Amino acid sequence: MTMRHLLPVLLAPWLLTAALANPYETTLDNGLRIIVKEDNRAPTAVHMVWYRIGSMDEVDGTSGVAHVLEHMMFKGTPSVGPGEFNKRVAAAGGRDNAFTSRDYTAYFQQIPKEKLDEMMQLEADRMRHLTVDPKEFAQEIKVVMEERRMRTDDNPQSKLFEQMNAAAFQAHPYRRPIIGWMSDLETMTAADAKAWYDTWYVPNNAYVVVSGDVKHQEVFALAKKHYGALPSRDLPPRKAQVEPRQEGTRKLTVKAPAELPVLIMGYKAPIIRDPKTDQDPYALQILAAILDGHDAARFNKKLVREDKVALSAGIDYDNTARGPGMLFLYGSPSEGRSVDDLEAALRAEIKRIQETGVSETELKRTKAQLVAGQVYKLDSMFGQAMEVGQMEAVGLHWKDVDVMLAKLQQVSAADVQAVAKKYFNDDALTIGILDPQPLDGKPRRPGVAIRH
Amino acid sequence: MKPLLTAIFALFISHAAQAGVAIEHWTTANGARVHFVAARSLPMLDVQIDFAAGSMFDPADKAGLAALTRGILDLGAAERDETLISEQLADLGAVLGGGADTDRASVTLRTLSAKDKLEPALAILRDILRQPRFDAAILEREKTRTITSLKEAMTRPDSIAGKAFWEALYPQHPYGRQASPESVATLSRADLLGFHQRLYTAGNASITLVGDLSRQQAEQIAAQLSTALPNGAAPTLPPPPAPAKATSQALAHPASQAHIYLGMPSIERGHPDYFPLLVGNYTLGGGGFVSRLVKEVRDKRGFAYSVYSYFAPLRQTGPFQIGLQTQRKQAGEAIKVVREVLGDFVNKGPSEEELVAAKANLSGSFPLRLDSNSKLLANVAAIAFYSLPLDYLDQYQAKVQAVTAGDVKAAFSRHVRPADLVTVTVAAD
Repeated sequence: MTMRHLLPVLLAPWLLTAALANPYETTLDNGLRIIVKEDNRAPTAVHMVWYRIGSMDEVDGTSGVAHVLEHMMFKGTPSVGPGEFNKRVAAAGGRDNAFTSRDYTAYFQQIPKEKLDEMMQLEADRMRHLTVDPKEFAQEIKVVMEERRMRTDDNPQSKLFEQMNAAAFQAHPYRRPIIGWMSDLETMTAADAKAWYDTWYVPNNAYVVVSGDVKHQEVFALAKKHYGALPSRDLPPRKAQVEPRQEGTRKLTVKAPAELPVLIMGYKAPIIRDPKTDQDPYALQILAAILDGHDAARFNKKLVREDKVALSAGIDYDNTARGPGMLFLYGSPSEGRSVDDLEAALRAEIKRIQETGVSETELKRTKAQLVAGQVYKLDSMFGQAMEVGQMEAVGLHWKDVDVMLAKLQQVSAADVQAVAKKYFNDDALTIGILDPQPLDGKPRRPGVAIRH
Repeated sequence: MKPLLTAIFALFISHAAQAGVAIEHWTTANGARVHFVAARSLPMLDVQIDFAAGSMFDPADKAGLAALTRGILDLGAAERDETLISEQLADLGAVLGGGADTDRASVTLRTLSAKDKLEPALAILRDILRQPRFDAAILEREKTRTITSLKEAMTRPDSIAGKAFWEALYPQHPYGRQASPESVATLSRADLLGFHQRLYTAGNASITLVGDLSRQQAEQIAAQLSTALPNGAAPTLPPPPAPAKATSQALAHPASQAHIYLGMPSIERGHPDYFPLLVGNYTLGGGGFVSRLVKEVRDKRGFAYSVYSYFAPLRQTGPFQIGLQTQRKQAGEAIKVVREVLGDFVNKGPSEEELVAAKANLSGSFPLRLDSNSKLLANVAAIAFYSLPLDYLDQYQAKVQAVTAGDVKAAFSRHVRPADLVTVTVAAD
């Protein structure tokens, strides 16, 4: 992000040299955008290729294909053999990986800065020339199934969250898990993965983010050299899939081996579509920070420390996404307290804001944390590239980060109270409960005695 | 509380071409060792104070004492209660952190370096060092929370496997001792006060500073932090762990995947065989996607999403460990493959091509290990805590490059004996 907005706050002369036009961007003739964040603190660079394609673009029956294709992207092209991509990055002293979300799929290498040329050559090659070999696919799909077992099937919290999404969303594809349903993985074919690649992996559906000790003109030139010749292609139309208005509380239970119950209360919530004119998503973000932004924020102070009704309690709200938004309250009740007790306590904290609002001190504290966070985030080269990439992935512009920070600073106590009244609506609520089961299937024995 | 993976690095000063870390080192008047790296590009400071006060110092019948003492340390100090500490730090945009592992207990503070932020944040940190309250009501609350968390952990296959693995590796040594609901229930305020008084002292502390400070400022800050601590000396270490005996445990669990750990106690920090083992392990299971274990277990057979090996040198003999998760019905087959890969590597060592690739990556990726203040802090704090040479970082790439295939083979034969491996599986059919 740029640093203009920080100058009045910090009056820090060190910012001036780097601040002027950084990041820099250009667009190649084939539609590929290149965004460069110069940071010369260390002789390293991060190279990322982001595709505007995620699990929300999948269709029923092939859920998980975006992520499976991400795995297949390491399985070779006519000029780079299976596994060779990783080998070449490693030989360059680099580290590489990739990630798939509901909204996007991204690939990255962290490298000594002089290796950027070679990384771009490799990424450009697999942007166009991937081989989806059925034998490689047959092995890799097993790896993905193991990944699903590890991340979801054997993880009670993940399973609960998967079920929450499946219940909260009915028409919108956010109802499907990113990793895919197991039966879809079992029936997936190499042809499914290849079709996905052929449809979506084109330069006009991608952008490149580079951060580090680089000169933007040189990065632009390298990008043109490697990515410039790749042809663009029209993308299929993406039809809007609008989630109908929820008209009543939904409730679900997941039984799994565990000690503690987990409660998640998910409310439909707004997303930033126009960073300049939107208001509510900013106020909700501040509300979340006041409830859960530090160890003595309201949830931890009241529910965990004072009333001891919760072992832990928190709030999760992301106000940027391609699809619809949700705000989650979650926690585990303390031993001897029930999920109902915890639900009542979480509701009471929301009610407190609805009725008496938040203090100026709390508001100021949250904003001070935001300002400090803007400095701390500059410590990570990877984090800076991620921020640019994620902004772009949800349909915003990296420059909007400045607007969004300014808007957050403008949120008032009245704004916070207003969104507390508006969005915590039972008709838009989905409640998920993890009902813990003993490991051996037998009834629980009384636990160890605890002296109070 | 997985022991930190070893990896130590250097600072590349902004705009300077050569590798090299300007670590400045001194000792305060009351005996705290200080390490300082000036990093003036960003207006922020990171402080880490490490004490030899990890779980290895838990008395035999009081497992969990080190973790609980560190956990409560910053929940109320001098005039401030736990709420005021959190609120005032948040008002300053400062972040307090830390924790306890087997060897150390750490307190960290990240703050802006502007004077009106830095000074009040450091004042809070000094009070935490000088006069933690160990309030009885907070102790009871945190004991209850810890006990509940331990019970929860004991329903998870990875935690169950990890606990059994460390107990099997270190049957007679504190590294094998694990906090349990029962042991935590016995901990009293007097236990915490005693542990704190004995180990949270200037003579047992290393202070690491990375950030926007002059040497003079750093000296002043270190002196003030050190003065806040009582005088005292480093503790005597327990007798070193005995060599492992091969054992095998299979624990039941309803999970869909088996969790599998193999390993043995191997080397301590600063051991001369460290670099040959590091380079060799890159080929075996440390080099991510390009390691032999990943190729054989994941790529060729699709047995696992994650499979790895590493050495975790600790103050005393730390473990060599291999880990993976696989569908429960194929656990036996996966273990067989792992053992074949390991046996072959120990017998023959890396090929020339593998050795070159390992060195190219470990040496070439060196700058990535120090390209932020937080990475620098972690690495310099480790040098400080384990008393590694100040030029450790400067020597790192040369030491990697000097390793031969013969060195790798010899070091593995000394520290990884396949016949002596401890094996733990959870949820295997």
